[in-house]
Amino acid sequence: MTVEVLLPGVLADLAGGSRRLEVDPADPTLAGLLDALAARHPVLERRIRDEAGALRRFVNVYVDGDDVRFAAGLGTAVPAGAVVQVLPSVAGG
Amino acid sequence: MADLLAIGTRKGLWLARSDDDRRSWTLDGPHLLAQEVAAVGLDVRGSAPRLLAGVQYGHWGPTVTWSDDLGATWSETDEGAIRFPADTGAALARVWQLRPDAAGRSGLVWAGCEPHSLWRSEDGGRSFTLVRGLWDHPHRPSWAPGGGGGAVHTVLPHPTGERLVVAMSTGGVYLSEDGGGSWQPRNKGIGAVFLPDPAPEYGQCVHKVAVDAGDPDRLYAQNHFGVYRTDDAGGAWTSIADGLPADFGFPVVASPTTPGTAWVVPLVADAQRVPPDGRLRVHRTRDAGATWTELGAGLPDATWTAVLRDAVCVDEADPTGVYVGTRDGCVYASADEGESFTLVADHLPDVLCVRAARLP
Repeated sequence: MTVEVLLPGVLADLAGGSRRLEVDPADPTLAGLLDALAARHPVLERRIRDEAGALRRFVNVYVDGDDVRFAAGLGTAVPAGAVVQVLPSVAGG
Repeated sequence: MADLLAIGTRKGLWLARSDDDRRSWTLDGPHLLAQEVAAVGLDVRGSAPRLLAGVQYGHWGPTVTWSDDLGATWSETDEGAIRFPADTGAALARVWQLRPDAAGRSGLVWAGCEPHSLWRSEDGGRSFTLVRGLWDHPHRPSWAPGGGGGAVHTVLPHPTGERLVVAMSTGGVYLSEDGGGSWQPRNKGIGAVFLPDPAPEYGQCVHKVAVDAGDPDRLYAQNHFGVYRTDDAGGAWTSIADGLPADFGFPVVASPTTPGTAWVVPLVADAQRVPPDGRLRVHRTRDAGATWTELGAGLPDATWTAVLRDAVCVDEADPTGVYVGTRDGCVYASADEGESFTLVADHLPDVLCVRAARLP
């Protein structure tokens, strides 16, 4: 199965210059998707998830438009054809 | 011969360079724009100077990155230089300190981090290993975070032996005589006005510690209220605050060459973190804290900024250079041990840390 991952421009350099990736996770959850991403782009994955496995506080992830924090978090299902979007939250400066 | 001053700020890193024995400076930057640079290390032990930076990539987490070409390019490992082992359940929150060890220990670098942890690198800061002796210390669960977060913010390796001293906010001063395997609190005499017991064994909010040039057992501490000295590696601390306009502040630095010489930058109090009377001043002792001299030539009046714990440093030149960065983005340099300061930079973001080195 293939999942489309959309990245903000600030992370594109860590994904070979692309803001759009196609990923084929063995485990059809967000955690599985990030594991697959880590195998290809380890620094990119570290920007999204810390070493304890948690999504970083100010990183938001949407699966088909739904914020995973209001779904099952890292256990959120990521079915074939899903669009997973990574966005920085409203924070910073 | 050139002198390099690295300036870590809330929004990037700047580098100042002097080619005339620190009389004038040229500013270069920003590097790492929009990244918080809370810790910087200058490692001049190798064939080329290495810049180490503890950065917070905005929303995207902390790491250590390095540059071997004075900031032109930066590198980090795929795994991340500092990564808590899975069994700890912890995750790196911030890098507070990057400290190359002594000249004869090429490649050895220490990092102090949040949550309270000490890390050892043997490859020049590319990768670090958690110092388990401190992480597993039975006191650790009761080291509470200070206002800036709970961290090992000061790491002081002994110049020749296996001793390590760390300082934490909060937690206080701890010492290891075996390179980090075992640790003992070293806070006797340091106050803790924010605790029910004003003189606990540990738990103090020690803001910074510096080692005297002439005696590695002699340490100076700027505490969350109180300035102290010990002559027995923290066995007992005595107040050296008499003669200062306030005993609150964050940094303390000591000359690496002149025994008994140290500098502090007092602030009024924890609830009033501004210079006394709105005058930014450095205070220097030449006699290990018995007396203090106010130094202000080149420093501003009518200023209501503050100086953070790592925003003062010294260099290893003779006479000792003293560097002061402020939260309103100014950096001042003195090539004469604080007698006079020149403005190196202004209008930068909040200065979090400065480090100076003479390039080989």
